[in-house]
Amino acid sequence: MFYLQSGISHSSYGVERQLFPIPFERWQVGILLALAIAAPLLMSPIYLKSYMLPWLIWTAAALGLNLIIGWAGQFHFGYAAVMAIGAYSATHAARHGVPFEIALVLAGATATVIGSVFAITALRVRGLYLALSTLALQFVIDWVIHKVPAISGGTQATLQAPSVHLLGIPIASDASKYYTALVWCVLVTMFMLNLRRTGLGRALVAVREKDFAAAVIGVNSFYYKLVAFATSSFIGGVSGAILVFTFYGAVTPEQFTTNVSIQALAMVIIGGLGSVIGSYLGVAFILLLPGLIATAIYALATKLDLNVGIELLAHIPGLLYGILIIAFLLFEPSGLAKIYTNFRNYLMFWPFGYSRK
Amino acid sequence: MDWSLLMELALNGGLSGLMYSLVALGVVLIYKSSSVPNLAQGALSMLGAYVVLAISEALHAPIWLSLVLGMTAMFLLGMGIERVALRKMAGRPLVMILMMTLALEIFMRAAALAAWGATTRVMPLGISSEPLFLGDVLLNRSYLVGGVVAVLLFSFFLVFFRTRMGTVLRAISDNYTASWSVGISVERGVALSWAMASVVATVAGVLWASIQGVDHSLSHLLLMGLTVAVLGGLDSLAGAIIAGLLLGVFQGIASGYLDRLVGGGSRDLVVAATLMLTILIRPHGLFGRADIQRI
Repeated sequence: MFYLQSGISHSSYGVERQLFPIPFERWQVGILLALAIAAPLLMSPIYLKSYMLPWLIWTAAALGLNLIIGWAGQFHFGYAAVMAIGAYSATHAARHGVPFEIALVLAGATATVIGSVFAITALRVRGLYLALSTLALQFVIDWVIHKVPAISGGTQATLQAPSVHLLGIPIASDASKYYTALVWCVLVTMFMLNLRRTGLGRALVAVREKDFAAAVIGVNSFYYKLVAFATSSFIGGVSGAILVFTFYGAVTPEQFTTNVSIQALAMVIIGGLGSVIGSYLGVAFILLLPGLIATAIYALATKLDLNVGIELLAHIPGLLYGILIIAFLLFEPSGLAKIYTNFRNYLMFWPFGYSRK
Repeated sequence: MDWSLLMELALNGGLSGLMYSLVALGVVLIYKSSSVPNLAQGALSMLGAYVVLAISEALHAPIWLSLVLGMTAMFLLGMGIERVALRKMAGRPLVMILMMTLALEIFMRAAALAAWGATTRVMPLGISSEPLFLGDVLLNRSYLVGGVVAVLLFSFFLVFFRTRMGTVLRAISDNYTASWSVGISVERGVALSWAMASVVATVAGVLWASIQGVDHSLSHLLLMGLTVAVLGGLDSLAGAIIAGLLLGVFQGIASGYLDRLVGGGSRDLVVAATLMLTILIRPHGLFGRADIQRI
C-alpha cells in the first residue's frame, strides 16, 4: 500500500545506491523536513524551545556516539566529557571575540584532539576494559574542568555564553537558535546516512565485527578506531557547543557529568545500535518521555486526590528512566529502530502480509 | 618530611582502602561467577544502608538486629535482580549487559531518593568518633572497624570457596557450559553470587554510611570499588583486598599532599588515574587471570 516498490528498477549503479529508493519514503523525508523548517510557525515557542531544540541537538550528539558504538563497535562511556570540551572551548573562544563559525570549528577541533586520547586506550584494550577506561577518562576530564579555574571560571562557576552571530544573523531569537540546531542536526544526519555507502563506513563495520579479522583483510583497525573516535568527538564537541549556545545559555561542569554520558549511551542503545532513525527515536524517548509520563501521573494524582509525596513526585522521571531502559533491554534489545522496521515492513506488505517471506 | 604524618596518612588510607575492598568484593563475586561487570554495586551499597536504616527506624530494633534483617532483605533482593534483570541477558553483547547494570543503578538511586528523600541521615552504628591513638598516630575508629570487617569477610569467602557450594561457584566461573553439562544449576549459582554480593554491598554501605551519613552519594562508591576490583584483577578475591590496601595507602598519601596544592578533592583524581593506568599497563590487574582472546 504505502512504500510501494513497484516501478523501482535499478538501471544504473547510482540509482541502486541512493539513500531512499522508495518514492513514498522520499516524500516522507521531504514532508518531515518541510515541517521541521516550518516548526517555528507551527509550534508554540515554549514547545519549540524546550522540546524540539534539545531533541535536535541531542540527536546530533547521539548520532556521534552511535558512530563509535554502533558502527565502530568501540565503547565510549565518556561522551559527555567530549561534549564538555567542545562546549568550554567554544564558550571561551566566543568570549574572546572569535566569530561563532570559527568558535564552533575550534570546539570540534579541540574535542577531536582530546577525544582521540580515548582511542589510545582502544589500541590496547577492548570490551569491558575499554568501557572502564573511558569512564575513568570522563572522571579525569570532569575533575580537570572543575579544578582548573582558567577553564571553568573558578569553583562553582557558570560561564555565560555571549551573544553571537552566525553567518551575519544574530543567534538571539528562539527561531534562529532552533534553525542553528536544525542545520547541525541535518548535517550530521546526512553524514551518518551516507556513511554506509562509503569505504570508511564499511571499514568501521569490519572493525566492529572483529578487529583481527578486519586487519587480516587489510583494514588497518587501529587507524579506523582512531578515525571513529576523532569523528565522533568532533560531532560531540560541536553538539556540546551548540547545546550551550542555543539551549543552556551558560556552561557549568554539572551539565556534562558521568550521568550525562550514561544518558547519551541510553539514548543510543534504546534507539538501536547503528541506526540513524533509531537515534532520533531514542533521544525523544529518553529526553521527553519520562517528563511527559511524570506530568501525566501528576495530573492523575491531583485529579484522583491521591496523596503523593513531593519527594516521590520529584523522582518519578528518574524512576521511569531506569525502568524504561531495563524494560527495553529485556523485551526489545534491538531498540526502537527494530520496532520502526517491523512497522515499516508491515506497511510495506499490507494488505498482503501473507506474501512476506 | 613529617614521618608521623606520613604514617598516619598511610594507615588511615590503608584502612579506608580496605573499606573500598568491601565494595570491590561484591564486584568480584559477581564477575567471577557470571562475567557480568556489575556497575550497580555502588547503588546496591546505598540501598543496603537505606534498608538497614529504614528497618531500624520502623521496628525500633537494635542496630545488630536491623543489620541482620537488612542483610536478609538484600540477599533476597540480589536474587531477585538476577532473576528478573540479568538472567535474560546471558549471552547478550557486553554493551547491553553494562547498560543493564547502569539502568539498575539509575533505578535504585531514583527509588531511594523517591522513598527516603535527599536529606543525609545518620547511621547509628555506635562507633565513637573519638580518635584512637597508636603511639603518636591518630586512627579513625570507623576506618578500623571497616578494615577489620573487610578482612573478616575475606577470610569467610576464603573458607566458603572451599565448601561444596563454593566449589560449585568456582566451577561456574570456570566454564558455564561445562558446569551445565555436569548437572550444576548455573542459574542458582549465579543468583547466589548476586545475593552474596548484595549482602557484602550492605555491609560496605552501612560502614561507609556511619562515616559519611546515609544519602544517595553512597552510590559514588562504585568508582572506588571498580578501581580496586580492576587493580586487583576482576576475578581475584585476594586481589581485591590487596589492591584495596594499596590504593588506600597511595590515595591517602597522595591526596594528603596533593590536596594542599589543588584545594581539595584530589582523591577522585587519584582513583580515576589508577584505573586508567591499570587498564593501560596491566588490564587483567595484579592477580587476575589474563584473558586469552579467541580470534
